[in-house]
Amino acid sequence: MTLYNSRIWRNRIGISLSMLAMSLGLIALLWILWTLFSKGFAALSWDLFTQDTPAPGTDGGGLRNAIVGSGLILFFSMLISTPIGILAGIYLAEYGRVSKFASFTRFMTDIMLSAPSIVIGLFVYALFVVTTGGFSGWAGSLALALIAIPVVVRTTENMLKLVPTSLREAAFAVGAPRWQVSLKITLRAVKSGVATGVLLAMARITGETAPLLFTALNNQFFSTNMAEPMGNLPVVIYQFALSPYDNWVNLAWGGALLIALVVLAVNIGVRVAFRNKHKR
Amino acid sequence: MSDQAIPSGENAALQVRNLNFFYGDFKGLNDVTFDVAHKKVTAFIGPSGCGKSTLLRTFNRMYDLYPGQRAEGNILFHGKNLLDKTQDVNLVRAKIGMVFQKPTPFPMTIYENIAFGVRLYERMSKSAMDDRVEWALKKAALWGEVKDKLQQNGLSLSGGQQQRLCIARAVAVKPEIVLLDEPTSALDPISTAKIEELINELKSDYTIAIVTHNMQQAARISDFTAFMYLGELIEFNETGTIFMRPGKKQTEDYITGRFG
Amino acid sequence: MSEPSASARDDLHTQQIRKFWLQDKVFHYTTQLFALVVLAALVGILVSLTIEAWPSIKGFGPSFLWTNIWSVPDDEYGALAAIYGTVVTSVLALLIAVPISFGIAMFLTETCPQWLRRPLGTAIELLAGIPSIVYGIWGLFVFAPLFSEYIQPPLQALLGDVPVIGGWFSGPPIGVGILTASIVLSMMVIPFIASVMRDVFETVPHVLKESAYGVGCTTWEVMRNIVLPYTRVGVIGGIMLGLGRALGETMAVTFVIGNANRINGSLFAPGTSIASTLANEFGEADPGLHIASLFELGLVLFVITFIVLAISRWLISRSMGSEGL
Repeated sequence: MTLYNSRIWRNRIGISLSMLAMSLGLIALLWILWTLFSKGFAALSWDLFTQDTPAPGTDGGGLRNAIVGSGLILFFSMLISTPIGILAGIYLAEYGRVSKFASFTRFMTDIMLSAPSIVIGLFVYALFVVTTGGFSGWAGSLALALIAIPVVVRTTENMLKLVPTSLREAAFAVGAPRWQVSLKITLRAVKSGVATGVLLAMARITGETAPLLFTALNNQFFSTNMAEPMGNLPVVIYQFALSPYDNWVNLAWGGALLIALVVLAVNIGVRVAFRNKHKR
Repeated sequence: MSDQAIPSGENAALQVRNLNFFYGDFKGLNDVTFDVAHKKVTAFIGPSGCGKSTLLRTFNRMYDLYPGQRAEGNILFHGKNLLDKTQDVNLVRAKIGMVFQKPTPFPMTIYENIAFGVRLYERMSKSAMDDRVEWALKKAALWGEVKDKLQQNGLSLSGGQQQRLCIARAVAVKPEIVLLDEPTSALDPISTAKIEELINELKSDYTIAIVTHNMQQAARISDFTAFMYLGELIEFNETGTIFMRPGKKQTEDYITGRFG
Repeated sequence: MSEPSASARDDLHTQQIRKFWLQDKVFHYTTQLFALVVLAALVGILVSLTIEAWPSIKGFGPSFLWTNIWSVPDDEYGALAAIYGTVVTSVLALLIAVPISFGIAMFLTETCPQWLRRPLGTAIELLAGIPSIVYGIWGLFVFAPLFSEYIQPPLQALLGDVPVIGGWFSGPPIGVGILTASIVLSMMVIPFIASVMRDVFETVPHVLKESAYGVGCTTWEVMRNIVLPYTRVGVIGGIMLGLGRALGETMAVTFVIGNANRINGSLFAPGTSIASTLANEFGEADPGLHIASLFELGLVLFVITFIVLAISRWLISRSMGSEGL
């Protein structure tokens, strides 16, 4: 084979392999989604939303307490993490280039971004559950907030850095103090991007199970008391999926479908909305 | 090295004395000395990189935002040195306004764009603020076009309108000096003409310093012109003199298009 | 409209200036305070884990790390099986994920038609968004049975008699085990590594690639000889990021690793990882040495992932300039 031919062949193989890799990725995504929909669909019914988790061995049941519990835990964790994350992101964007401390903080935030979530659960357990004497929804929210904060910080900082220097200079040129330039001009200019970051952080923690295992634990009954163990979808799925009861396994699939739907909806929705706003 | 012309003492808005500027180790301005005339238009011309924008940005301490950039020397404004560390930067910027090359409307309504700067330093009732906004927009020859849509976002205006909004914003706070950094280079000829007309009218109330890479523009609208090259002020004189009887060979070469 | 006198305006100006200076200081310190939350959390994790793990650290000493015993009734604990499981599944997952991620990144940056790039890129990012518990139950109920029926027997038949390697595929084909966990784990990390690789590939200046194409290079040759060397540091950073994630992954692994706290030479055998041990046992652990050992496991995991992630971030930021991701 001539040198040229062998090069052409190598190229063809390389390209085919890359296409194969892409297909594998797509197949994986579609397979998982298909499984979720087909198995989870069977569990979709009004009961899912109106009945609480069934006791072991009993029939039927739903996920109402888990859904409500997850909703509460998520709400409070976003309540905690959003202001902290945005303000920290502002700090990194405003002072990050100048200060070594800020660069160090950014580096550490990046590491926290990918830290094992189960370790965060252990931390909150040691900090909160042991000291307050019991599992609680608050502990769960705290654990999830610690996971969400680095996401919000990074997206906020990245968005703020996109603001053109000329806009910032124009604000300084009118004699505005730094805090007004930062909040009223720079932040306002990218507020949709920052909101996107917050939504993506929420999507990220929606499916997190490990940190809740030792903090919010679970509650088989309906409760809105955050000071006690709080029912939540991920832990319910974990317990039910590994159980010998058919209706439990069924409910686990239903719960998994619900979580996946929320996560996908946020991810896709955010990308579509963002693309329309920023046709560059 | 610089030809001192008419402005001095009382009718100098800014007195620049031995100004040096550094980007890190690189010297961007070398021993610049001249006066900016009160309520006149002073234009700065020269090839790319000659330091004209750098010079303009020392007047409102814009370089302070960037560590590594520093200025030495004296720029006397009402007898006090602008560059002094004890001089408050925000105060300087409230009195010396700037319009940038790229139109930069704030992400707010047209009304808020103007009110934002005014609110920083003045207490006003709503009706007084309405008056001020109208006054500023009229000064910028924009009032007629936007008076019915003051609550619309500033970014919804065309490029030329946005730039006039920025000019309105700059005059709304009643500065003494307005700095214009290539204000029309991003605009079409019609908008450019409108803004040049505007500058002509504004000079009766404000001292204007304008950087432009367009020599014809400088010839059209300015009273005094400074020609700069490689960080040095080569020649400074009345505009008519610079363009018709330039004193230095370099000036003549630039004006006749031999380089730059 | 009434205008205050020039001197009155000056006074107001100076008042405002002082106010602004104060406000800016408050702003600086407040935002800095919130930025410290992350640092505080990191330090807090280290401190609290060490404190809780102390009885175990004192009791077993450094040999905890290489002792293979985990007996609750005897109160004897050693982390070797868990560490082995964590490391082996993560490394295997990377071996699978890296070439596939590279293929995906190469496809998205070079081969893919322009109009498909965004949707396909989004599809890959959606894979990253799927919660790990979904991977877990999918792995257990869908993948593992298929694996045990269609993949494991042929593999065993093919390689079972080969010396050394055969041992890796021995044992009953139960579907769950180290290999299954590695495969599911690789599916989870592929989107992360592919994203980083794609971002890093896109930093290659167009002129560099165009000069190579202009000389007649094929796509493959440009990837291999221009893009890859140029982005080498970032690519390694991305791989390490995938490793960091894989090491800490809990749910996807717990469902399919078989949860047997022992080491077996075969990839088909069940095992455990640090994260799965924690997930399985923490809920009902006895206070005392059991819980302390679990905390020590958590500490080990945290330290290992921290180091891997720190190296990864440092490499990525070096390759992308000071921007980082």
